[in-house]
Amino acid sequence: MFDKYMICEDTVRNVVKDGRVAGFELGARLPYYRGLGLSMVEDVAVSVDGEKIQRESVRVTLRGRTYTLDEMETEYEDRWEMGEVATVTVLKPGGLNAGPHTIELVERLRVAYLPFPLIGRDLKQVTVG
Amino acid sequence: MNAPHTVKRGVSLYSFQEEYFLRTMTLEQCIAQAAKLGAFGIESLAEQMMPGFPNLSDDFYAKWYEWMQRYRTTPVCHDMFLDTKKYKDRLLTQEECIQSIERDLKHAARLGCKVMRVLVFVAPKLLEKCIPLAEKYDVKMGLEVHAPWHLDHGWIMGFMEMIERTGTRHVGLIPDMGIFTKRLPRVMRDRAQRSGATPAILDYVCAEYENRTLADYVIFEVRRMGGNAVDMAFAEQCRHNVWSNPKRLLEFMPYIFHIHAKFYEMLPDCTEYSIPYEDIVPVLIQGGYDGYLSSEYEGNRHIQDAFAVDSVEQVRRQHEMFKRLLGER
Repeated sequence: MFDKYMICEDTVRNVVKDGRVAGFELGARLPYYRGLGLSMVEDVAVSVDGEKIQRESVRVTLRGRTYTLDEMETEYEDRWEMGEVATVTVLKPGGLNAGPHTIELVERLRVAYLPFPLIGRDLKQVTVG
Repeated sequence: MNAPHTVKRGVSLYSFQEEYFLRTMTLEQCIAQAAKLGAFGIESLAEQMMPGFPNLSDDFYAKWYEWMQRYRTTPVCHDMFLDTKKYKDRLLTQEECIQSIERDLKHAARLGCKVMRVLVFVAPKLLEKCIPLAEKYDVKMGLEVHAPWHLDHGWIMGFMEMIERTGTRHVGLIPDMGIFTKRLPRVMRDRAQRSGATPAILDYVCAEYENRTLADYVIFEVRRMGGNAVDMAFAEQCRHNVWSNPKRLLEFMPYIFHIHAKFYEMLPDCTEYSIPYEDIVPVLIQGGYDGYLSSEYEGNRHIQDAFAVDSVEQVRRQHEMFKRLLGER
């Protein structure tokens, strides 16, 4: 529904931790017209230049709280609100090389009234400085 | 000219989801915008525009009432959801479902809403168990009759049977006017074309929909024509959209206490491309409908790939149409 807004423009950047580039992050939204409890967010899949990032390397941060995707599956209180921008961090030593990249974000949601999973997909060309 | 009537105008803030999503409008601005159009009945979705739900503060509710006063608006309807798939390994139990519905009834009552929209997938036997709660909070539970369901669908008949058997005044229907989609929305057709569908096949499907050809036959024919994946998905629209004569509403009128005025595309002349409100509104007046026509704009998702979405203008046009059809000037 809101697939084209999933990856926020101009938010992709490398993350430096303890003096090293530990990975990269991007601002991300759900493709859905309402907020959802985190236990119903089944997957937040990131690919860079066609290469899929391991699920274990993805973190989602909402209002200062950071989750692994497995932790989200058993989080029954916190929500990812409609249009709320979460920080999706990809742990990848060295991060992204400077220059253009293709980032793909696929989010899979478990929505009660749909017989199938709701899958949102966004693909954006970004340039890392 | 017009007969006296009690049809009122309102807006479901669902209509402004594109603007709210992108944070170009706040909840307060959505309410103010409805009021500006003289649409004083407010329908809201807590899970959309009230972050933190179900744990909203007293301050939030106080602010809500301030807004209602400031803009002279009336809280009309709260739209519930029910996360039956909250847990990965099991569905909610019936008891958990009832607790979730009570949570929403409580919220509706705190907002000052007399009506709560219930999703069509909620089963009649579950809703029947919630009647005492609806009575306690004095909020009517309205089942949303949403395409591809329709008033004469077997699933809806199950609710009618339950309503009549229990004699409850706290369960009824909220027909979504998408059940009167006379021709397929043009915004859907054009979106399919931009996504790679075959124009001649799209035209064929639209024509067959208007001929009321059985959906299965249309889908079969499109497959025979060599339709691609997008063509096939568009042919499926013959299943997802439905039409019947709006006069069917008359028989159900005693059970209808709210209406979703669904629309996909308001044209510059303030008519809707696919849903004939010219035929619907007079039926509501004739039937003595005493409630709101609550705008529900759902065209954004079909145009946002190629065009700027202007929900405010779309809702404005719909209310110009309602004013005309309700004899407001």
